[in-house]
Parts: sequence; C-alpha cells; structure tokens
Amino acid sequence: MKSLEELNAIRDKVRDTVVIPDGSDKIRVVVGLATCGIAAGAKPVFNAIVDEVEKAGLGDKVSVVQTGCIGICQFEPVVEVFEGGKEKTTYVKMTAEKAQRVVEEHLKGGKPVVEYTIGANLN
Amino acid sequence: MIDNQDFNNVALKDTPFYKAQERVVLRNCGVIDPESIEEYIAMDGYAALGKVLTQMTPDDVIKCVSDSGLRGRGGGGFPTGRKWSLCAPVQAPQKYVVCNADEGDPGAFMDRSVLEGDPHCVIEGMAICGYAIGATKGFVYVRAEYPIAVKRLQIAIDKAREMGLLGKNIFGSGFDFDMEIRLGAGAFVCGEETALMTSIEGKRGEPRPRPPYPAIKGLYGCPTTENNVETFANVAQIILRGAEWFASKGTEKSKGTKVFALGGKIKNTGLVEIPMGTTLREIIENIGGGIPNGKKFKAAQTGGPSGGCIPAEKMDVPIDYDNLTAIGAMMGSGGLIVMDEDNCMVDIAKFFLGFTVDESCGKCTPCRVGTRRMLEILEKITAGNGEMSDLEELEKLAEYIKANSLCGLGQTAPNPVLSTIKNFREEYIAHIVDKKCPAGVCKNLLRYVIDPEKCKSCGMCKRACPADAISGERGVPYSIDPEKCVKCGACYATCKFGAISKQ
Repeated sequence: MKSLEELNAIRDKVRDTVVIPDGSDKIRVVVGLATCGIAAGAKPVFNAIVDEVEKAGLGDKVSVVQTGCIGICQFEPVVEVFEGGKEKTTYVKMTAEKAQRVVEEHLKGGKPVVEYTIGANLN
Repeated sequence: MIDNQDFNNVALKDTPFYKAQERVVLRNCGVIDPESIEEYIAMDGYAALGKVLTQMTPDDVIKCVSDSGLRGRGGGGFPTGRKWSLCAPVQAPQKYVVCNADEGDPGAFMDRSVLEGDPHCVIEGMAICGYAIGATKGFVYVRAEYPIAVKRLQIAIDKAREMGLLGKNIFGSGFDFDMEIRLGAGAFVCGEETALMTSIEGKRGEPRPRPPYPAIKGLYGCPTTENNVETFANVAQIILRGAEWFASKGTEKSKGTKVFALGGKIKNTGLVEIPMGTTLREIIENIGGGIPNGKKFKAAQTGGPSGGCIPAEKMDVPIDYDNLTAIGAMMGSGGLIVMDEDNCMVDIAKFFLGFTVDESCGKCTPCRVGTRRMLEILEKITAGNGEMSDLEELEKLAEYIKANSLCGLGQTAPNPVLSTIKNFREEYIAHIVDKKCPAGVCKNLLRYVIDPEKCKSCGMCKRACPADAISGERGVPYSIDPEKCVKCGACYATCKFGAISKQ
C-alpha cells in the first residue's frame, strides 16, 4: 500500500457490495459462521443457501458470504439479508430446509418469510 | 403452513436485546466477511493507519489515545495512552507490540468473537500502537483452543502483508511493521502479561517480579507494550472519529463501551456491547430479558476468577472500572455470569477458587499454598464441618495472599471468596451454624424428604433409587433412609406428585 488514495480506491470499489445502496437490486446474504454459529449448525445452512441460490439462477444478483458472531447465541444459526434502502431481515434458528424456503420466497420472490425472523421468535 | 400475516417482521435493531447496545468494537462483527480484507477496507478499515502514518506524529497518536480516556479492556483498566507513553521514549534497537488474546476466564468469549468476526481491526490497532511507541514487530498470543480465530487471524495477517499494510514502508511513510501469531497451550496464568511474554519466548509460562516493567524490559528483554484484543479493537475508531467522540461515551473515568459475554441464568445469552455506565439492571432485565423459569435474581459474577459477585441490592450501580472495584467485584475482561436463587454462593466461591488452585503456576508460595488452604476451608464448610472462626481465617488468608502474591493471578484469587463473604455472609453462616445449604446445592448439607401427605405410594422413587435407600409399600407412604441416601436426586426428579423436597 503506497498511499491513502490507493486505499480509498479499494474502499470505493468494494463499498457497494458490503453496504447495498438504495435503489440497487443486489442482495447480500450473510451467515454467522463464528465458532458459536458453526457449533449450532450454520455450515449446512450456508451450503444450502449457496446451492439454492445457484439452482435458482440468482448468482448475479445475490452474494452469500460468511460473517462473524452477531451476538445472539440462543438464536443461532443466524442468517441476515441486506437489500438496498431497506432494514435488514434477520432469520433465526435456521436449518437447511428453512434456508430453501428463504431463497425461494424471499430472495427470488421478494417476500420475507416472516415466521422465521427474529420478530416472530421472541420468546 | 402458517400464514406470514400472523407475525410481525420486527427488525433486530428494535429488539430489547439490541436497543440499548452500542457497537464500536463489534461494529463489523456479523457484517463483513472476516476473511476478506477488501470488505474491511470498505468499512473504512486501515484508514486510521493511513491517517496516522501520513498525517500524525507518534506523539499525536499517543495524545489522541490518552485524551480519549481508553483504559485496558483486559480487566486491569490501566490507561492505554499512558501505557504507550511509558514505552515510547525508551531508546532501544528493538521494541515489541504484544496482543493478549489468551482469553481464559470461564464463560468469556469476547476476544474470540472479535478475532473471528473482525481480525483486521486488531491488526490495525497493533500497527498504530507500533508506530506510536516505535516498535516494528508484533505478536498475538492466542489460545490454541480457538482454531477458527487463529485461522482467520492468520488469513488476515497474510492478506494485509500481501497488500502492503504490513511489512516495509507502509503507505510510503518509511514505517515498517510486521506480526506473528503465537499459540498458548491453555495455561490461565499466561494471560498475565509477564507470563505471557515468557511463554512467547518459548519458556515455561511463569510471571516474574516487576519492576522492571515491560515498557522498559519486556519480551526478549526489549521494551514492550502489551494490550488486550478489545483495547486494540477500539484504537482505529478513536483515531478516525476523534478522542472527543470516544470520550463523550461512558462515565467520568471510564470512557467508551465494553463488550460483555452474558451467560448463566438469563433468557438472552449473548455478546453485548454497552456504553460504560449502563446499570446491571439494564443489562439483566432489558437486554438479557430477565431470569428464566420465574426464578429470582441473586447475583452477577464479573471478572471471572479475579472478580466478585454483585448482589441484587447493587444492581443500579452504573458499571465502570471504579464502581465495580468499589463494590468488591471487578470489570475483568467481560465475562458476566448471572445467578439465581438456585446457586449457592459458597459453592460459587469454591468453584472459582478451585479454578485458581488448578491454574496457579506454583512459582510463589502465597498463591500456591495459600489458595489451597482457602479451598480446604471452603470444602470443610460445604461438607458441614465449618466453624465460625473459619470465616476469620479465610479473610486473614485472603488479605495475606492479595498482598504477597507475585502476579495478578494470586493477587486477585481471593476476590470471589471475599466478595461472597461480604455480600452473602448469612449464607456462609447458614452452612456453618445451621448446617444447611439454602440453595440446596451442597450435597452434604442436603436431605431429601418425602412428604407423607403428598406421597401416593406409587413406588416410582423406590425403583429410581440406586442406593436402595427408599422403603415403603403400596398404601403406605414411602420414606428415605438418610444413612443410605447418596443424594443423587434421582427420586426427586422421578416423583410426579412433588412429594419429595430438598431440605
């Protein structure tokens, strides 16, 4: 790294893939894959989302990435969906089967599966 | 299939668990891919290092960190800026930056989460520290029990090096900095700074007397600054957003936020980051959602084996370094274990003391022998053989161990005992005088009794008993022979009529 300009250029190039800008049709899906998430079974969930996204032909629109601990231990595995200009959707206690439905209805159909979200699972 | 309309789509940020939190250290955890340096850069990563190297002098950096009021997050709470300023002026051909990631307190996982979720922020903080104190080499000492943290940190270091954010002439400034990981073999004492440095050198992890302080003579005899993971994770944000921004959060003497690993008898377990000065009540009742199963809150344990128990009547004390010390607990690294009425405080003290007895390195006598003697007294009390003079003996030994131990491990080991004697004295007295354990935990002080009124003489308990201690027959209430009873609780768990109680 030779200069701040070089750093800023990388930042500007990548920024939109991490923080989806308002008006973009891109979707970012993150799966909590810290030790805690993996112990709760997040790996099969991650793999299922990657497979289903590919099968549904959403590869160009949806990026699926691993992330660290979101902090809500008892709700693991946790999957979050970021869309431009919207509040993120937090899916909790996920399984590979639930992930299939999220890909089908939310990522493809545009309609969040509310019963799997944190709001529907608070106590 | 359940209809979607039956549920509300509540956002995570609006849940009680998240509302009161403020994420500075954990800002990228759960947001970025920890194995992608580009994603860290996208969230203004390494911008602080760039700013420091191109626009600030080392003195500016130390002044900024000092002004922010940041204090060591490992537990001691020593002002970070002052620590750096002690090392900076020392002239030496080689200096080191060491990151303490030897997270050993039972129930604590703050450092693991930061390393697994945002490893670059620790690397950036360490490089900034290196520039400030004039060090070109860093070490991260991390537990081998954290394989994912180690793997992600190694990937992060490799990528930073590839991109020239570690190595020679970073940002064309002429500043060189590189770092390596060292794995800890699981000895608790290696979280103590001098023991940690000895262990990095490849020797047996034992502390040594100070002075000389590590700032003068640390790793390999060179001036060294050692900070905790969470401390380094704060640094880049302080540089980017300014000392005033950081100092505007928290209490008068404890600035910023603190990450806690919330566990034990609490509904919402998890990793929480709150501004300093938040009360324990807020954390337990709002963020934590209260105690499950309708039980009553009894105490919260902070600071692990070095800390103490905060009783219910101190729940409204704002949490910061000085307040916690004043009430006989300790900030510690951030483990926060909630206990309810089913926890015996004498047993808790015995558990933590047992931990320090196991983990004492044995180099100094007060810690090696003193903690063992204290544990023996606690075992005597929980076995029902205690005398009132044991309390005085415990307090006397505790003061002696605190005053004379070589390192922090021994100096703080008696804290769990002292704080429980101070706050739950009546529970000790119940064990000693009444020979009763009010929480029903200490087996020797426990008696299982069958209430003849409630007993339906079904015989389930008799079949469950492994010691053949229960007698009776159909139509006659059953009874337990206390001589034969091994207090396993099998009958208690089996009885469908609630006829068996612990006394």
